[in-house]
Amino acid sequence: MTARVLVGVKRVIDYAVKIRVKPDNTGVVTDGVKHSMNPFCEIAVEEAVRLKEKKLVQEVVAVSCGPQQVQETIRTALAMGADRGIHVEVSGKDYDSLGPLQVSKILAALAKKEEASLIILGKQAIDDDCNQTGQMTAALLDWPQGTFASELVIEGDKVKVVREIDGGLETIKLNMPVVVTADLRLNTPRYATLPNIMKAKKKKIANMKPGDLGVDMTSRVEVLRVDEPPQRQAGVKVESVEDLVSKLKEAGRI
Amino acid sequence: MTCVWFRATLHLCRLRLASGCGTRRKYDLFSPPVQNGARERTLSALRAVAGDEGVCVGAALREQHGRDESVHRCRPPDVVVFPRCVEEVSALAKICHHHRLPIIPFGTGTGLEGGVGALKGGVCFSLRKMDQVLDLHQEDFDVTVEPGVTRKGLNSYLRDTGLWFPVDPGADASLCGMAATSASGTNAVRYGTMRENVLNLEVVLADGTVFCTAGRGRRPRKTSAGYNLTNLFVGSEGTLGLLTKATLRLYGLPESTVSAVCSFPSVQAAVDSTVQVLQAGVPIARIEFLDDVMIDACNRFNSLSYPIMPTLFLEFHGSSRSLEEQVTITEEITRENSGSDFSWAEDEETRAQLWKARHDAWYAALALRPGCKAYSTDVCVPLSRLPQIIVETKQDLITNNLTGPIAGHVGDGNFHCIMVLNPEDPEEVKRVHEFTERLARRALAMDGTCTGEHGVGLGKRALLREELGPLAMEVMQGLKATLDPKNLMNPGKVL
Repeated sequence: MTARVLVGVKRVIDYAVKIRVKPDNTGVVTDGVKHSMNPFCEIAVEEAVRLKEKKLVQEVVAVSCGPQQVQETIRTALAMGADRGIHVEVSGKDYDSLGPLQVSKILAALAKKEEASLIILGKQAIDDDCNQTGQMTAALLDWPQGTFASELVIEGDKVKVVREIDGGLETIKLNMPVVVTADLRLNTPRYATLPNIMKAKKKKIANMKPGDLGVDMTSRVEVLRVDEPPQRQAGVKVESVEDLVSKLKEAGRI
Repeated sequence: MTCVWFRATLHLCRLRLASGCGTRRKYDLFSPPVQNGARERTLSALRAVAGDEGVCVGAALREQHGRDESVHRCRPPDVVVFPRCVEEVSALAKICHHHRLPIIPFGTGTGLEGGVGALKGGVCFSLRKMDQVLDLHQEDFDVTVEPGVTRKGLNSYLRDTGLWFPVDPGADASLCGMAATSASGTNAVRYGTMRENVLNLEVVLADGTVFCTAGRGRRPRKTSAGYNLTNLFVGSEGTLGLLTKATLRLYGLPESTVSAVCSFPSVQAAVDSTVQVLQAGVPIARIEFLDDVMIDACNRFNSLSYPIMPTLFLEFHGSSRSLEEQVTITEEITRENSGSDFSWAEDEETRAQLWKARHDAWYAALALRPGCKAYSTDVCVPLSRLPQIIVETKQDLITNNLTGPIAGHVGDGNFHCIMVLNPEDPEEVKRVHEFTERLARRALAMDGTCTGEHGVGLGKRALLREELGPLAMEVMQGLKATLDPKNLMNPGKVL
């Protein structure tokens, strides 16, 4: 039986919030805005918890990188059924420039430290849409990866993953230890219930810094500017087909 | 009219009219070709409050706001306004009150009884821009929401807290709209309807007065302070005031959920089982009935293969131990009534699939006769009369050659016949109309109601009179006259 699953969870602006760009165009407004667990991370946690319920894994560890507030996100993972949490403290400038490269270095270091044999992550975060952390983590660890998973089956010391790809579905078999990233149809995550939220308060969350794991947090990416998408312009009604054609020609479309 | 109280109120209203508003005249500001300065002045006054983007006279937008999901035809308002806060709602209402313009509150437009039709024109107040979830109190199990928040939106907001708002009508409706129509859903048998779950409302009256029915900010779980104004406005369907905030009662999410489907050899057996399950004290969360016509439609629509027989869809909430107990008792009862073995669903995906059949009932019914429209009846009777009314209704449908698959919340004694009809065929329209009247009267004769959850709206006003009787109607009319003497709030509905 596989011992340990590491699940990464990211605290992002809630998907239902209307995003506004800061007046100085350096980023989006996050103060006072509702945050929650990235939806693909919820799916990843759900999958890990289901594996534990089927007794295919022994322990589920939820990890998050960020300031004090990410502890709420880890608590949600614990309420969904994760056994313990790890909070890697990153704040200030380091948090502003935190990206997939640093996170994957942290996850790789933790995977070795915790002797995990399976890492499940969401395929991407809904704030940056990078879709890189899973792939980078696998590369740093030199582990095989099953990304965009819509189905995950553990068969002995191998993992069968059905991936959602452009042409349809691809089924691959990977030798453990592996990194898997969760796609939308992998499962429907459970809601945390009150009794489980109460129980989660007693579960442990360990604190550490990137330095403790020997990870260099320097970013090679600098955000120059953030803008809103252009406002949608009003359409123009035309009276006849000839009119339509001439307008299209005017606009250089034909 | 023999009610002294009513006459006294009428006198009071006449006094108010005389002192305030001048003569009563038919004042139609917006009908072309009478384009006069008055229209422009009124529009500027509205724009001064709601901004240029907040006041719309475009035809497409007005039509959108003149219809809901009922069979009633579109009755567009003259103007649609989009207030952003209660202060704007009040200021806009004052302008309408001054110019005697009807005020039609609009949430999501998902009503089923024509409640948003602007029969006399006027100003539609679309409240969707007021869409914040305010004041969540997790430990007190309450939350306050603005009218633009829908039930699914609220439950998504609450998903990390372990709490939910269980009232679930078919549509993803505005919570304040649900309060206005006293909505209910599949969970009512265990969690109640809007009547039991609204703690406080912020109301704007036709003259712009803003007040809170239980006092501002108050949210005790129970109270005996004064008249129950909160429940006066719940179910008032926009005829007494606009609802701009609702404080709602929340519940803990069930620890575990299990769903099951069971078929029966007869309608009587299915409904008898329902009655017995409730009498046994099982705290069942959902108990939904689908007749053979409905199941057949669902099978075809969703490519399922449920046996084509009267069927119950059941759902149990609780801890795993409590679920075992609930299920055992229920299975015994259904077996005694010749019910089939249960088909089970425990995990989220299988349960969703199971319930999809029930949730798609409306579309499945429509698919039986493409090109036709559907109208849903909505009677509710005491539980003990349920077997009789369903059996008699099915017989009526067969005798009169009508397409009316039955689906319903039998746990509350409430069921819907989804009448599928060709609106262009006047003979069929007449037969359907007569059937629904017979059904409503059948329910009234059994101590029931003509509308369990959809409201009175436009089409059931005559039935409401039959149901309540003239004296209760006079009391209602007196209240209406007191709160809205100019009859500006959603005129032509309910009363």
